[in-house]
Amino acid sequence: MSKPKVAFYWCASCGGCEEAVVDLAEGILPVVEAVDIVFWPVALDFKRSDVEAMADGEIAACFVNGAIRTSEQEEMAQLLRRKAQLLIAFGSCAHMGGIPGLANFKDRDSILERVYQEVPTIGNPEKTRPQEETPIDGDESLTLPAFSNTVRTLDQTVDVDYYLPGCPPPVKLIVNAVTAILEGKLPPKGTVLAPDKALCDECPRKETKPEEMKIEQFKRPHQIIIDPEECLLAQGLLCLGPATRSGCEAACINGNMPCTGCLGPTSRVKDYGAKALSAIASSLEADDEQTIARLMEGIVDPAGTFYRYSLPASLLHRRRQTTEGTEA
Amino acid sequence: MSQTIVIDPITRLEGHGKIDIILNDQGNVDRAYFRVPELRGFEKFAEGRPAEDMPQITSRICGVCPTAHHMASTKTLDDLYKVDPPPAAKKIREMVYTCFMVEDHALHFYFLGGPDFVVGPTAPKAERNILGVLGKVGLEIGKEVIGLRKQIRDLISLAGGKVIHPVFGLPGGISKALTAEDQEKFIAGANHAVEFGLFSLNLFNDVVLKNPDYVGHITSDTYTHETYYMGLMDENNKVNFYDGQIRVVSPDGKEFVKFPVQQYLEHVAEHVEPWSYVKFPYLATVGWTGFEDGIKSGVYCVAPLARLNASDGMATPKAQEAYELYNKTLGGKPVHHTLANHWARLIELLYAAERLKELANDPDIINPDVRTIPTATPEEGMGVVEAPRGTLFHHYQTDERGVITKANLIVATQNNAARIAMSVDKAARGLIKNGKVDDGILNMVEMAFRAYDPCHGCATHALPGQMPLIVSIYDQQHNLLQEVRRDG
Ligand code: SF4
Ligand code: SF4
Ligand code: SF4
Repeated sequence: MSKPKVAFYWCASCGGCEEAVVDLAEGILPVVEAVDIVFWPVALDFKRSDVEAMADGEIAACFVNGAIRTSEQEEMAQLLRRKAQLLIAFGSCAHMGGIPGLANFKDRDSILERVYQEVPTIGNPEKTRPQEETPIDGDESLTLPAFSNTVRTLDQTVDVDYYLPGCPPPVKLIVNAVTAILEGKLPPKGTVLAPDKALCDECPRKETKPEEMKIEQFKRPHQIIIDPEECLLAQGLLCLGPATRSGCEAACINGNMPCTGCLGPTSRVKDYGAKALSAIASSLEADDEQTIARLMEGIVDPAGTFYRYSLPASLLHRRRQTTEGTEA
Repeated sequence: MSQTIVIDPITRLEGHGKIDIILNDQGNVDRAYFRVPELRGFEKFAEGRPAEDMPQITSRICGVCPTAHHMASTKTLDDLYKVDPPPAAKKIREMVYTCFMVEDHALHFYFLGGPDFVVGPTAPKAERNILGVLGKVGLEIGKEVIGLRKQIRDLISLAGGKVIHPVFGLPGGISKALTAEDQEKFIAGANHAVEFGLFSLNLFNDVVLKNPDYVGHITSDTYTHETYYMGLMDENNKVNFYDGQIRVVSPDGKEFVKFPVQQYLEHVAEHVEPWSYVKFPYLATVGWTGFEDGIKSGVYCVAPLARLNASDGMATPKAQEAYELYNKTLGGKPVHHTLANHWARLIELLYAAERLKELANDPDIINPDVRTIPTATPEEGMGVVEAPRGTLFHHYQTDERGVITKANLIVATQNNAARIAMSVDKAARGLIKNGKVDDGILNMVEMAFRAYDPCHGCATHALPGQMPLIVSIYDQQHNLLQEVRRDG
C-alpha cells in the first residue's frame, strides 16, 4: 500500500511555522517514514506544476501556514484545496490572521506611503513606489505581485478542515495532529486541534489565581517587577490565559510574561477579542461605570491587545474604510 | 532578439527573492535584477501599539531570526525610556543572543550555503544539499548539527519562554532571572558550542581551503565587490553582536565613520526602485550613485564578511586566531570576496560560542536583580544589534503613554540589498554567455546571493535544502525558448 501523501505550504508567513516543523528534530523521523512528502517548497524540489498534475484529492493532508494577502497566495490555496483531502490551517496567521493581520488597522496606501515616502531615512525625491509592472526595455517589463488592501485568513479564502493554532503551533500539538491523521482518529471537521480548555487550566500558576478576581488597576509589564510565582492577572497584568485555548504548556508564562493569546479561543467562542475583553472586564473590581472607565484607560491599546492575533478573523475584520477601492 | 530569463526561486511564491536576467541580441546579459516581491508593512501597523509589545510584535517579521528583532526592539525600549538595565540583565540578554548566533550560523553553513563548498559548486545537483554534505562528511556530523542546534535552542526557550518569538525583553531588563541550575545548562551548552565551532572551522579548512579550485572561486573577480563595510564594534573595535557603536570602513579599509545608533539618521538613507519591494540603503554622506562599486558609491555591505572587515579583530582568543589566518590567506583586509562570507560566518560562530562560554560562567548571571523599572517619560528611542545577516536598526517615537506614533526599521538583509543585487548582476554577466544557461551556471549565480544568507521573505531560510529555481527564457514574442529546472 502506498504511503499517504502530505504537503506543506506557506503564504504570508514569517517562517516561524516552518522552523517549528524543523524543531520537531528527531520527532520528525517517524513521520517522514510514514508519509510521502509531495510538496514542501523550502525543503523539496516539487513545483506548483507537480501539484497541478496531481489528481484532485490525491494529497491526504496539506498544512498551510501564513495569511492570505496576494492573489498568488489565493490561487495556491485554491489549488491545494482541490488536491488535498484535508486542508489544515497551520499557525495563527492561517488560523486567525496572526500578528501581520494587525495591518488591517491600516490601509494599503498608508502602508506604502509610510514605507516608501515618509520614514526619516528615505531618500526618494521622486516618490518612487514599487510597481506591479515596470517597463525596462522595449516591450519587456518586470512584474511584482500586487499588495492587497486586506489580510485574510485561510478559511476566508478556501474551505478548511482543521486548525493547528499557535504562533507558531507548539511542537507537541503538531505531533499529536500528525499522529491523529495517520491513525485516522480525527475529530469532526472544523475542529481546532488543541485541548478545548482555557490556558489557565494548564498554567503552573493556576493555584494562585483567585476564585474571584478583583483587579483594581491594570499594570503594564514594564511598570512592575513581575512575581515569578503568582497568577499574572492577579498581579494586574493583562494575561489573556482565561480566554485562550491551552496547548502551549504556558510557554510565555514560563518566561514570566503574560499570555497574549496566540492559540485563540476555545470552541464555544465566536469572537476571540470580545471574549477576552469580557473575561478581563469580569475581573474588574468595579461597580460603577466611572470606575470601569478609569480602569479600562489602563489598557492603552484595547483593539490591538485583544485582537493581537485575530483581527482578520474577528467580527471587525478590518478598520472601516471609505476611500475608493477599499472595503469595509 | 532580446530575451528575458526569469529565475523565480519557488515558482513565484510570495515572500522570496526573484531574479530577472535581461539578455541582449547576442544572448549576453544586459542586466540582472535581484528582487524582493514582498512587503508586510510593520512600520505602519506598529502605530498605536504599546511600545513594550514591540519586541514580540517585531519578532514576527522573521521566525528564523526572531531573537534579533526581539533584542533590537528591547534595546530600543531601553533608549526610549532612558533606562540602563542591571548588569545581570545585560549579560543574560547577550548570552541568549550568542546562543542564537551559534544556532543560526550553524543552520546556514550546514544546510544552506555550505553544500556549495563541502560538496562543490559544480557537483551534480542531486548532491548539492544537506544529504550531499552528510555523504561527504558522515551521518554522525548531521546528527551532531541537529543535536547542537536543539540543545542551544532549548537554552533560548529556558531564558526567553519561547525560542520562536521569545518574550523576555523589557525596557530596563528582562522578565525573568536565572537559577544556578539554569546556569549549569548554559555552561554545558557553551562547552558544546565551542567544540562545535572549532570542529566546523577544521572541516572548512580540510574540505574547502585545501582545494585550490574552491579557493579560486572565492577569490575570483566574478564574486568580488569593493564597497563600504558596516558592523557593530566594541570600544576596542572588536566585533560585538549585542552592543557598541556602528563602524564603517571604506573600500580601502580605512575607518570612514564610527557612530552610536542615535546618529543613524545622519549616516543611513534608503533608495527606492520601482521593481522591488525592498529598499536599498546607502551611506547618506556619500550618496546614492546607482548599483556601483567603489569609494564614490554609498553602497555598503553588512553581515559576516563586512563585520570582519569593519573590525580590528575578534574579542575571544580562538576566534582571533581564526580571524588572523583568514585575513592572511585572503590577502589582507578588507576582504572583498563575497564567498568569503562562509568562512567569516564560521569564525563568528566560534566567537559567539566563546563569548557564550564567558557569559555562562559569569557569576553575575544568577543575580536576581534583572530589572530597572523605567521612570522617564518616553518620547523617542533607537536600538541596534548585529543580526546574523547584518546590522539591524529599530527606531520608535511614542506619545507620553509609550504608545507608538512612528516606527522605522532597517532590517539586516535590507542593508545588503544593493550589494546583493550587484553580486547577482555581476555573476550573471560573468557566467551567462550567448544565451547558454545550464544547471551549473544557475548554481553559480545563486551562490552569489546565497553567500549573504539573505533573508528577504524570511521563510527562504527556514529549512534545509537549496532554493529550487526555474529559468525560463523567452523571445520577444514571449514564446518559451528554453526552460531549465534546477530543483532543490
Ligand atoms: S503563525 Fe506566527 S510563526 Fe507562524 S507564520 Fe504566522 S507569525 Fe510566523
Ligand atoms: S490568568 Fe494567566 S497567569 Fe493566571 S492562571 Fe491564567 S494563564 Fe496563568
Ligand atoms: S502563553 Fe498564550 S501567547 Fe504564549 S504561547 Fe501560550 S497561548 Fe500563545
